[in-house]
Amino acid sequence: MTLELRDVGWSVGFKKIVQDVSLRVEPGEFLGLIGPNGSGKTSLMSVLAGLRPPTIGTALLDGQPMKRVGRRTLAGRIGFVEQQADTIDRITVREAVSLGRTPYLSLLSPWSAGDDAIVADALDRVAMGDMADRMWQTLSGGEKQRVHIARALAQQPDFLLLDEPTNHLDIRHQLGLLELVHSLPLTVVAALHDLNHAAQFCDRIAMMDGGRLIAIGTPTEILTVDNLHRVFGVNADIEHGLDGRCHIRYRVGVDVSVADKKDRVA
Amino acid sequence: MIGLRTSAVLSALVLLTLALAFAATIGETSIPVKTVFDTIANHLWNAGHAVDPIDAGIIWNYRLSRAVVAASCGAALALSGAVLQALLRNSLADPYLLGISAGASTGAVSVAILGVGAGMLGLSLGAFIGSVVAFAFVALLSLQAGRGTGAIILAGIAGAQLFNAVTSFIVTKSASAEEARGIMFWLLGNLSGVRWPDAGLALPITLLGLIVCLWHARALDAFTFGRDSAASLGVPVRRVYVILIGVSALMTAVMVSIVGSIGFVGLVIPHAARLFVGTRHGLLLPLSAVIGALFLVGADVVSRVIVPGQVLPIGVITALIGAPSFALILCHGRVLR
Repeated sequence: MTLELRDVGWSVGFKKIVQDVSLRVEPGEFLGLIGPNGSGKTSLMSVLAGLRPPTIGTALLDGQPMKRVGRRTLAGRIGFVEQQADTIDRITVREAVSLGRTPYLSLLSPWSAGDDAIVADALDRVAMGDMADRMWQTLSGGEKQRVHIARALAQQPDFLLLDEPTNHLDIRHQLGLLELVHSLPLTVVAALHDLNHAAQFCDRIAMMDGGRLIAIGTPTEILTVDNLHRVFGVNADIEHGLDGRCHIRYRVGVDVSVADKKDRVA
Repeated sequence: MIGLRTSAVLSALVLLTLALAFAATIGETSIPVKTVFDTIANHLWNAGHAVDPIDAGIIWNYRLSRAVVAASCGAALALSGAVLQALLRNSLADPYLLGISAGASTGAVSVAILGVGAGMLGLSLGAFIGSVVAFAFVALLSLQAGRGTGAIILAGIAGAQLFNAVTSFIVTKSASAEEARGIMFWLLGNLSGVRWPDAGLALPITLLGLIVCLWHARALDAFTFGRDSAASLGVPVRRVYVILIGVSALMTAVMVSIVGSIGFVGLVIPHAARLFVGTRHGLLLPLSAVIGALFLVGADVVSRVIVPGQVLPIGVITALIGAPSFALILCHGRVLR
């Protein structure tokens, strides 16, 4: 039950998008991946999900290189929710979730009542059970994202990987979605945009900058005034709550020169 | 469920047989349906029915072979269209997008007008070689251009433009007025010269294509949310691309080399089928094939009888009937939604 990257790099042509990343996802944890735009979060997520083979280094599932594990087996172990995957096809919610059974179906093991039950259960777990017959196009952004998670759950994975799952959702749905994911008995890796969400929900946070993994640890270790300044180019105060969670308060209009300088360097 | 599926397949086969028989009754001389079935029985299992030999000849050698090719062609083009629309995530994708028909016409005019192959190559073989060359060009260009699904569409447009320009160049530079007219007729689709050997090629290729596509029906479903989503569902994306685009290209190239380019079927029939059964490919692919076959058999009948004493290019009919009826289906479908 481990997911691991060893000295992984991923390039497009000669451009190195991800470099020298070593990372081990611990069973049962909620690992957050943070970093500024273009820091390689999405690329790292797709390497971790086994969608892109690393250019150098190895991605391992249970200590075995992913390229030797096989696509179907991988799909039965790792559920992946992309950023904003949409379709123009006219499908129902149930049909969209049924796609999650693809890795288990073949001519010899066709669709069965068991698959129906798994799909229904996945829908219930994201509280979309009574919307199973709705058309995909009629759903709101938050509902679509929950259906994607149900589709991933129908794969019956051990790992759930989410790439910025709360993008374009309003705040209530952002929190609702993260609470839902947090409540699932799965190992979760999520690329997150909002640092306070990362602070609130993650057991550990991995911070990326310029394609490299520059720090990994508990939220209080990672979300420091210094790190936020250096990596994100923002000034902030960190408050520590009684629950042990930290909270970030951004300071604007105080010292903009740091952010400017960082932009110019990039 | 099995019973339902079997009865659906059976009724489709019965419908197709009736359409073929019906197509064989209609023409310059109309022949009763009974004579058609008697003739078929005579040929298939020597039933020994008494049939007028001239009628039998017209039915067997002329009309039936033609109807079988029309049905195969319609099914193959519709299948290719459905597969390409699913893989490329683009509702405007159709088999001719791969540059195949443009390449086929270049190949055909090279043989017919420039005399490439010095009489060794027939028009059909020339068209087939041309379409394979054009498809290879488009495939290479799209691989060079990048991995996105947009790349192959743009490459296809570039390839089609290029080969169409070459065709026009050859026709205007070298063809006599008579030759140019013949080529135009062929470019719009023409079933006139079709005989049994053509059917013997078209039918097996179509059946092969149907089986390969049905085999991949679930993989095609998995492309609903795009390529990465399919990969995360365990679909070997690259292999499926190569196999299915290859099969579509093969089917289209064979059909175009036999009957010329018949527009509209590959683009529109899958959309019509989707309005009936939705987007699950286990249903969509066979239904597209059946509708495509029926549509083209019907269009061929119309092309033979609409202007007395003259045969219209079938491509004209498919567009003339197809476009308005598709518009109707589209509007109706909107209401249903």
